[in-house]
Amino acid sequence: MLLRDMVHTRTGDKGRIVTISLIAYRDEDFALLEEKVTAEKVTTYFGDIIDRPVDRYVLPKISALNFVLHRPASQGVTRSLALDTHGKCLGYALLNMDISSSDPV
Amino acid sequence: MTRTVRIGAGAGYSGDRIDPAIELASKGSILYLIFECLAERTIALAQQRKRQDPSNGYDPLLTERMEAVLPFCRKNNIKIISNMGAANPIAAAARTKQIARQLGIRGLRIAAVTGDDVLDLVRNTSPAFEDNSYSVESLGERIVSANAYLGADSILDALTQGADVILTGRVADPSLFLAPLIYEFGWSLDNWQLLGQGTVIGHLLECAGQVTGGYFADPGYKDVPNLAKLGFPLAEVSENGDAIISKVEGSGGLITKATCKEQVLYEIQNPAVYLTPDVIADFSGVEIKDAGYDRIHISGATGRPRPATLKVSVGYQDSYIGEAQISYAGSGALARATLARHILTERLRNHPLQELRFDYIGVNSIHGDALSHATCEPYEVRLRVAARVESLKQASLIPHEVEALYTNGPAGGGGVSASTKEVIAMLSTFVPRELVSHQIHLEVS
Repeated sequence: MLLRDMVHTRTGDKGRIVTISLIAYRDEDFALLEEKVTAEKVTTYFGDIIDRPVDRYVLPKISALNFVLHRPASQGVTRSLALDTHGKCLGYALLNMDISSSDPV
Repeated sequence: MTRTVRIGAGAGYSGDRIDPAIELASKGSILYLIFECLAERTIALAQQRKRQDPSNGYDPLLTERMEAVLPFCRKNNIKIISNMGAANPIAAAARTKQIARQLGIRGLRIAAVTGDDVLDLVRNTSPAFEDNSYSVESLGERIVSANAYLGADSILDALTQGADVILTGRVADPSLFLAPLIYEFGWSLDNWQLLGQGTVIGHLLECAGQVTGGYFADPGYKDVPNLAKLGFPLAEVSENGDAIISKVEGSGGLITKATCKEQVLYEIQNPAVYLTPDVIADFSGVEIKDAGYDRIHISGATGRPRPATLKVSVGYQDSYIGEAQISYAGSGALARATLARHILTERLRNHPLQELRFDYIGVNSIHGDALSHATCEPYEVRLRVAARVESLKQASLIPHEVEALYTNGPAGGGGVSASTKEVIAMLSTFVPRELVSHQIHLEVS
C-alpha cells in the first residue's frame, strides 16, 4: 500500500527547512500511520536530500504527522541552484512510500 | 447572540490575485481586510529598489490593489491592514493617500508603521546568525537589509489612533490578523491562551487561498471546484477566540477539515512551539470541526509568554547565478541530452564556478536520482544547467555555452532559454526586543 492511498500532504518551507504534513483521510487509519511512518523511515527515504535525521511531531487530534527536514546549507530557498528552490514538491515524493512491507523504502 | 468579528484575507503573497479581495470587500460583510504580501526575501529586494528611488520600496501591486478595494472598503467601513509597506511604509502611505484623493475619498486615515528596519542595530551589535558560517563582520557591505519581525502591538497602536488603512514593513504574518482581534475584543496582551488562539486564526488566513482549496487539488483524490474563481477566506471570530473559517457564498474552492488541517501545519515545525513576536503559540491541541457547508470551526490553540527576542531577517549579496536550458525530443532524447551535459562539463571545467548543477527536466530535476523512478524512456528531455559564480559577467558564461550547443552540440537541440541574476540571500538572527521600537506616522486624505 502506498502512503498516497491513506494520507494527504502539504509541504512548507523556511530557509533550509522543509516541513511535510501527512494527514490521514480517515481518522481510523491514524494509528497505522503513526506506527508505519517513523522518523527513521522518513530519514532513510530522503537520503542525501537531507543532512540530519528528520523530526516527527504527532497530532492525534487532527490525525496528522508533521515532519521537519533539514536540507544542506547550499539548498536554502534563497540561494539554491535547484528548480524547486523551496522543496515544495517533496511531500509528493513521500506519498510514494510503500507502507505494506517492513522494508524502510 | 455573542458578537463576532469578521476578518478577510485579501492576499497570501505579493503577486496574488486581486479579484478575490474585491469579492471579500464587496460581499464578505467583513470588518477588516488583510493583505499579507511579504515573503522572506521580498523586503531585501524592496530595499534595493528604495536605494535606487527613495519614493519606492513598497509592494509593486500596492496601487492596483488600493484602487481596486478602497471604494468598497470606504462604502462598507472595512479597515485595511497590510505589510505592503515593505521597505518603505511611509512612501506606501503617501501613495495610498494620493490614490484615495484621486478616488474622491476624503478623511481616510492612513498609518505607516515603521521600526522594523534594524540595519544599524545589527551593524552595531553584530548578533550571531543561526547559520554560523557567516557573521555581520565577514559580510560587511554585502548586507543590504535587516528587518525585525514586529508584533501585533505595533498595529494595535495604529488602530488605537483611529487608522482606517495600516501599512507596515516586516511584521509577523499572523500578527496582521491578531492585532484587530486584540483591538476589537480588548484582549489583554498577556492573555497567552487568547493570543495563541488568535495566532492560529491568523496562520490559517495568512496564505489566503491556501485554506479555501488552493494548493490542495489532486484530481481523483482531492477534487476542488472552480479554482479559476477561488474565493479567499474570512474568519468569523468570537470573543473567546473560537472561529469559523468560511468564504463568500458562491465563490470557487472549498473549505473542509482537510484544507484546514493542511494549512494549520503549513510551514510549522514543532506545533507546540510556534514562535511569534506576540506569543509562543501552541497548535498541538487545535480542534477542527465541521460547522456547515464550507464552514469549519477552529478552537483549542493556546500559548505561553512571548519570546524575549525578535527574529531578524538579514538580506545580503550572496552570489550570481547563470542558468540555461535546452530541449531534446523523440528517439534518443535522453542520450543526446546526456551528451550535451558531457560537452558542457568539459567546456566549463576551467572556469571558477562555486557550484554547478545539471538536471534532466522530466527525468530527475525535482527529487534527484534516488527518488525519481522512470518506468520508461521519456519522450522529451530538457537539460538544465545552473552555476553559482562571483560576478554577473561570469554568470553569462552559462547562457553563452548552452546557446552554442545549437551549432556545436548534439543533433536536434531546441528551445534554449537562459537567464542570469544576482542572488540576494537571507540569514536569520535574533535581537533583544527592548532594543526595537515601532513608530506610527498618520496621514489623512
